[in-house]
Amino acid sequence: MITSIILTKLKNAFTDLLPIILVIAFFQVVVLRQPLPQMGEVLFGALLVVAGLSLFVQGLEMGLFPIGESMAHALARKGSLFWLLCFAFALGFSTTVAEPALIAVAWEAAEIASQGGLIDPSRESLNQYAFGLRMSVAFSVGLAILIGVMRILRGWPIHYLIISGYAIVMVMTIIAPKEIIGIAYDAGGVTTSTITVPLVAALGVGLASSIKGRSPLVDGFGLIAFASLLPMIFVMGYGLIIFG
Amino acid sequence: MEFIYEFSKILLATCRDVLPIIILIVGFQFLVLRQPIPHLRRLIVGGVYVVIGLALFLAGLEKALFPLGNIMATQLSDPVFIYGTGEVVVHADWKAYGWVYLFAAMIGFATTIAEPSLIAVAYKANEVSAGTISQWGLRITVAIGVAFGISLGTFRIVTGTPLYLFILVGYMIVIAQTIFAPKSIIALAYDSGGVTTSTVTVPLVAALGLGLSATVPGRNPALDGFGLIAFASLFPIIAVMGYAQLMHWTTQRKIKSMEKK
Repeated sequence: MITSIILTKLKNAFTDLLPIILVIAFFQVVVLRQPLPQMGEVLFGALLVVAGLSLFVQGLEMGLFPIGESMAHALARKGSLFWLLCFAFALGFSTTVAEPALIAVAWEAAEIASQGGLIDPSRESLNQYAFGLRMSVAFSVGLAILIGVMRILRGWPIHYLIISGYAIVMVMTIIAPKEIIGIAYDAGGVTTSTITVPLVAALGVGLASSIKGRSPLVDGFGLIAFASLLPMIFVMGYGLIIFG
Repeated sequence: MEFIYEFSKILLATCRDVLPIIILIVGFQFLVLRQPIPHLRRLIVGGVYVVIGLALFLAGLEKALFPLGNIMATQLSDPVFIYGTGEVVVHADWKAYGWVYLFAAMIGFATTIAEPSLIAVAYKANEVSAGTISQWGLRITVAIGVAFGISLGTFRIVTGTPLYLFILVGYMIVIAQTIFAPKSIIALAYDSGGVTTSTVTVPLVAALGLGLSATVPGRNPALDGFGLIAFASLFPIIAVMGYAQLMHWTTQRKIKSMEKK
């Protein structure tokens, strides 16, 4: 019984990985016509990926989804808007502020800005710039989850909010310095990590299903969309303020 | 031995990622909600699975996929491979990069299928739609969007067209689609743009972008290397809404033709 469950999970994970194996094999054999370097290492790595993915999916069903939903239900039952919004902001802010990908991007952005002569190339001013960038991204993700939760509570239609967000991004792209634009667009992508996404999705769906008159499908999703839109606006805004 | 050291480093980093979430949840349970957590043991076991699973997944990627992806990206964008000669080419000929566009599309598709965040969102979408949205249907649609986006992104790097032109036109399409798409899919479509750019896709795609902009004559990695991720998060939105519109349209047509009979 248990072995058959484990086997199904492993088989599913293998299916998930299969396209990558096919693409790499096709390009190595047909196009590049070169032998694979370190075949043993690659096979061992692929086994780890399959095992890891099956464990992760099992853990999602047992741990991350239920805790996200039970927090959403408990906070909705408590009925305190203040604490619900606090939780939403803290979840977005705390999972983003120390994200390694964000730290790397912020540091890279500081170097590009100093090469462009926009900030003083001393170590202290680079640090200060990177720190400011990280804080504005983390703050914007917190705010994004907060706005997303407010939307679920009030039942605002998502497209008005997202489209006005896009309009702001478009206008800011035209006026923002070009050294910040590439970073700003990529910042939206690095904020949503693999552990945050399931938790945030479960929070949204849990909230939408515990509030009367909200549909989990129409209202429960959308939190991640805010979390990838708002950082773009804030990073370009940060660039505009710092560079004048 | 070296592997065990590397793995524990990744495991520690994953634990550190989870730490703020644990502090937040425990803090809220004790200070605000003041209730015991139901099925606590099961949750803890699930949490441990997530952390170990993710660490294994990342360790495997670093061992197998990332080095391989990097090698292939450099080999494919190598001028010797592209133009067949070792001569220095002054102007990039966009027609010579056919294999690069194909590789970009296929690797974009393949990595999106394996993306854990997308698996999670597809699972939830399937659950709350009571099965109308199939997990594989959503994942394949999103992957096609990413494939198209990244392929177009490499084309942009080769030709050197400004990034914002593509993004602005993409946003226009999204806005137009939002007006006509079925309301139930909109939130999910927007979300699928955010989840594609995560653990698997970002490192490989970034390597491709930087490698390509370093070898294509006349491109600067610092300015042109970015932006592939922006493409990868814009086109899934278009793909998911487009698919929903197509489904909506075909069912409408079926209903109409049934009414005629």
